[in-house]
Amino acid sequence: MAQVTLQKLVKNYDETPAVRGIDLDIADKEFVVLVGPSGCGKSTTLRMIAGLEDITAGDVLIGGEVVNDMPPKDRDIAMVFQNYALYPHMSVYENMSFGLRLKKVAKDEIARRVENAAQILDISELLQRKPKQLSGGQRQRVAMGRAIVRDPKVFLFDEPLSNLDAKLRVQMRTEIKKVHQKVRTTTVYVTHDQIEAMTLADRVVVMNGGNIEQVGTPNELYHNPATKFVAGFIGSPAMNFVPCTIEEAAGALRIRLSKDIAFPVPQERTGRYRALVGKSGLLFGLRPEHIMEQRQHLEPNQHPFEVELEVTEPMGMETMVFFLIEGTELVGRVNPDAGAQAGRRMKLVADLGKMHLIDDGSGRVL
Amino acid sequence: MSAIAAEIKAEVPAKRGSLKRSRRWALVWSYVFLIMFAVFFLMPPVYMLIMGLKSSGEIASMSNPWWVFHPTLDNFIALLTSEQYLTFFRNSAVISLAVVAITMLIAVPAAFSLGRMKFWGSTTLAAGVFLTYLVPDTLLFIPLFKIMAWVHDTTGIALLNHWWALIIIYPTLTVPFCTWIMIGYFQSIPKELDEAALIDGAGYIQMLTKIFLPVALPGIIAATIFAFTVSWSEFLYPMAFTVSADQLVLPVGIVTTLIKGDVYNWGQIMAACLMGAAPPLIIYAFLMDYYIAGLTAGATKG
Repeated sequence: MAQVTLQKLVKNYDETPAVRGIDLDIADKEFVVLVGPSGCGKSTTLRMIAGLEDITAGDVLIGGEVVNDMPPKDRDIAMVFQNYALYPHMSVYENMSFGLRLKKVAKDEIARRVENAAQILDISELLQRKPKQLSGGQRQRVAMGRAIVRDPKVFLFDEPLSNLDAKLRVQMRTEIKKVHQKVRTTTVYVTHDQIEAMTLADRVVVMNGGNIEQVGTPNELYHNPATKFVAGFIGSPAMNFVPCTIEEAAGALRIRLSKDIAFPVPQERTGRYRALVGKSGLLFGLRPEHIMEQRQHLEPNQHPFEVELEVTEPMGMETMVFFLIEGTELVGRVNPDAGAQAGRRMKLVADLGKMHLIDDGSGRVL
Repeated sequence: MSAIAAEIKAEVPAKRGSLKRSRRWALVWSYVFLIMFAVFFLMPPVYMLIMGLKSSGEIASMSNPWWVFHPTLDNFIALLTSEQYLTFFRNSAVISLAVVAITMLIAVPAAFSLGRMKFWGSTTLAAGVFLTYLVPDTLLFIPLFKIMAWVHDTTGIALLNHWWALIIIYPTLTVPFCTWIMIGYFQSIPKELDEAALIDGAGYIQMLTKIFLPVALPGIIAATIFAFTVSWSEFLYPMAFTVSADQLVLPVGIVTTLIKGDVYNWGQIMAACLMGAAPPLIIYAFLMDYYIAGLTAGATKG
């Protein structure tokens, strides 16, 4: 068990930068997820921690020790790959025990550890099978088993669920979380799926273009995104962004989205936003779940507005409503019984207490 | 509504029928060409067998060449009791087995390093390996002859007219090609497999012996078969480099000892060729069981 530290970590492929000097502290026993779109440098970062990729500049520390030039086998890590990477000619038992056999661990100790891991993953009956006789989910379990038996300082997962179908992915997600609760090893997990990131992580690291956009618990990222990128990346469906201006009328601030729609700025934010009056290039951000149907009793920061619905998507427990404000499409989530119908006008409510104001130029949340 | 349904119903079986028919025609034509091929390529060995079973008298009598009227095993017995033929056979066998061993010892590590460990100039080297295979042996045997003479002059080691010297020569034919096909095979193994092995604590040698060799077994067997066949059937080099009757290999031996002047001992020639063709055939049959594609099945997604 150990903490992992990245200091000013840089990776260039020839002249193309993949990772641009990131700093990150991962505590002992913590489950950290690196998430971002493809090409954001998350897998490269993981592979540098694993020692599969040379480090251009900066340091990787595992358990307080700089491991930049240490080969993977001496780093005491285990990795689970996207495509499982099981040894096809070995049985499940041999696959799981391969690392231990190379280390010349005693036979009965190997057997004990493999059986223990097999029990955790519920694959005890599969130990004598070959990988080709297993289903995708079973192969993924074996790949995890191979990591668990090594009892390493750090687990590394490289998009382990992206080859599974949707249902199995959700199942294995829970499985991975359970395993981590049982085994409690420091874990770095890479994915492009923000739901996976949110559900699994103690802390999520959002990466974009080789940089870290924000680090925080899933709830922090959801409620207080630092940048437009994080605000748009975390949450599904994604946050709505509408160009807006801030105007002052009789001492009170209003956010104007269109000729007809303007909302009063929540009381506690007027101080922060006063300097932005009349400024251009501002975006108003609000999550779909904070645009609701009209209701009897409105909370202090909830304000009604009326739009014409373009499309409605009933999901059962809720209905997605799509509408345009000044040519920008927005989506809200309303009660399925609220009578939303495409082509009709509908009264909706925006919860301004949950809004974000973004400077479109810098991408910062103000 | 019901009319449309009826139309669709009527159409479906017709379509299925045409699909079946085109498939049947494809099968018919495949069989026609396969049978033509089989007949064409089996004719020589069958003819060898027929001739091998005839006595010299029957061959000379110009009777139906495709039938044996008085079958006899005399030719085979004569060859198998002839010291000379057995010497050819032994020379060929020892050379071929040794060449296969040497080839594999060189080609497998070479292919592993060229195909898997990226280093400066590795792609150029890999292309160079293949280029050497493209130089025909008819161009090489004179320079090789001179090299062997030079080795004799400088070191006193006589390579010419010694069958075992061919063990050193043949790998120049087999190593480049075997390396080339092994590079292709190693490159087809998913990269995550060696990364997993690296993380599991394997060094490069263990990665090669414990992961790559078993996984690339079909490729290794293909290379083995190739190396064996080339050394077994090589004619030009032994013809050029060996002279004495006890130093000859099978292909050269048959032609030089069973043709005496203008007397062709057809029965024995054919019997000798047939028996000479047997070992590669047996090796194919034996190794084909292991030569099954899809050994990497289950390694990764699929």
